[in-house]
Amino acid sequence: MAIIAPGTTVPDFVLKTADGEDFTPADLEGKTTVLVFYPFAFSPVCTDQLQIYDEVMDDFTAKGAKVYGVSTDATYSQAAFKDKLGVSIEQLSDFEPKGAASRALGAYFEPAGMTNRALLIIGPDKTVTWSYEAGNPGELPGVGLLFDNL
Amino acid sequence: MSEDLRSAPVPPVGPQDHVRGPEDAPVVVLYADFTCPRCALAWERIEGAPLRLVFRHLALKAKHPRAVALACAVEAAARQDRFWALAASLYADPGRTDDPHLWARCPELGIDLDRFEADRRDPAVLDRVRADVRAGLRAGVTVTPTFFAGAEAHPGPPDAPTVARWTAGPGHPADR
Repeated sequence: MAIIAPGTTVPDFVLKTADGEDFTPADLEGKTTVLVFYPFAFSPVCTDQLQIYDEVMDDFTAKGAKVYGVSTDATYSQAAFKDKLGVSIEQLSDFEPKGAASRALGAYFEPAGMTNRALLIIGPDKTVTWSYEAGNPGELPGVGLLFDNL
Repeated sequence: MSEDLRSAPVPPVGPQDHVRGPEDAPVVVLYADFTCPRCALAWERIEGAPLRLVFRHLALKAKHPRAVALACAVEAAARQDRFWALAASLYADPGRTDDPHLWARCPELGIDLDRFEADRRDPAVLDRVRADVRAGLRAGVTVTPTFFAGAEAHPGPPDAPTVARWTAGPGHPADR
């Protein structure tokens, strides 16, 4: 499964916010969005990744970008993960149907049944401006990679 | 946010850095924090190796409640030429890192407590720590500890063969 290519308008998808509300492409309109797909809440690399990105949230904000973490974990698991880490990155759940949004965006890792480690930057017009799929789920893309492309 | 966060090389060693070891030894740059057990293990494994060690902070506020505070404390100790002494003390006894434990260390390490207390809350000290962190992030550091030795980036504590390789290698570029 290939990650959605830059220049592509995002397809329809539905994710769930921490409050259980739908998050759809309509929520991308008018702002730059960074979607950080990670495999599992509470796993070591995902922990490092969200803590690293959280360190520079003010910089994302200064760039006009809103960052979300995305995984197939349930909203309650994501909320517990976010609280444990002490990070402010809002979470979006792709729990049911499992991985449907991630598949639509090319960010699902079929062999392990989980969200792949992938990054998307989506412009205010819902067009993907940059996408990145890690070589393997254990790879942790550095912050510079995102800011090179914002 | 004094500078952007686009990718950049690991900064060369400069006068702002904390450096120890023989001047002619290969330079190894370490990004670490004082709450990280793997950093303590890495510290132990490079202890005594003939390397010129450069320590830079990678203290993340979400990593541990004391990460940034301890980085600032060690920077405050550096103003009294006690950077390496306090760093070694924290890694040797990682279970005692609250403020009273820091205060107890001061007389043992020859640190003037009043000056230490003022300095570790100096905004310039926090800026110094943040500068290290941001440079590390730009260089692609994502975990602690991360070492840079010559062209090699090494995440995690090094094993003995790795340390041996570094001691025989060219080291990290230096400005001085």
